[in-house]
Amino acid sequence: MMKCKQATQMLSEKLDRPLSNKEKINLAMHTAICSPCRQFGRQMETLRELSKSYTKAKEPEEK
Amino acid sequence: MTNANISVEMAPSEAESIFQDVAFTKALRTQMLKFAKLQVRDSQLAEDAVQEAMLSAYQHIDRFARQAAFKTWVFSILKNKLIDLLRKEKRHTAASQLEEGPNLSGDALIEHLFEENGHWQQDERPKKWDQPDHDVENDDFWRIFDACLEALPAKYGRLFMMREFLEMDTPEICHNEEVSVSSLNVTLYRARLRLRECLEDHWFQKETS
Repeated sequence: MMKCKQATQMLSEKLDRPLSNKEKINLAMHTAICSPCRQFGRQMETLRELSKSYTKAKEPEEK
Repeated sequence: MTNANISVEMAPSEAESIFQDVAFTKALRTQMLKFAKLQVRDSQLAEDAVQEAMLSAYQHIDRFARQAAFKTWVFSILKNKLIDLLRKEKRHTAASQLEEGPNLSGDALIEHLFEENGHWQQDERPKKWDQPDHDVENDDFWRIFDACLEALPAKYGRLFMMREFLEMDTPEICHNEEVSVSSLNVTLYRARLRLRECLEDHWFQKETS
């Protein structure tokens, strides 16, 4: 059974390479029962979206 | 034709007004410079890249009548310039030669976050982030985000920004930085772990902690 340590690494690598079917199944089995890792997965997606909006963000007002 | 270069002067006035809006141009320049400096850790190179990007943009200003579209576009020019710079800079400071930073070349962070059995430490379990999409509009959020990025060890920050800001793909980063795919994946993982931790501690859980 996959542990949180491996699961979080998979959730990060998912953003950089396609996971194998075996990895996907193991990860899905883990996240089905592990709410912190589910949060972590969502947050990885959020980090990506935030990085994309970095250059679109409202610039701080120069005072 | 001698007037081939004067198309800029003949641009529609609403487009030109983008550059005439001093407050907009100044703020944009500041933001671009900050973005460039984060990635190219050399102020002069960063200044030059921003200057060139602004100039390219000015030369084609007639295509952009709206500030928002203009901004997205000028940043895409800047990103390409930064990618070029990083490619040229390769031989001087490939990420393979950068410091991992204190406490990080080892597995200190991982040990801190996870129990020996591979599960989350109780206190370190990720909490729900409320409405991160709202924070995009918040200057304070971006200040924290910057601080967290800058707190990353040089190697982590550089590879993370190549991947997420410049949107380079894995093979290109590996080639440019002389790192293996597995090492890149691990570095990105650790960069994200740290960034996540930093944002959670300093932003998302700030009120409740």
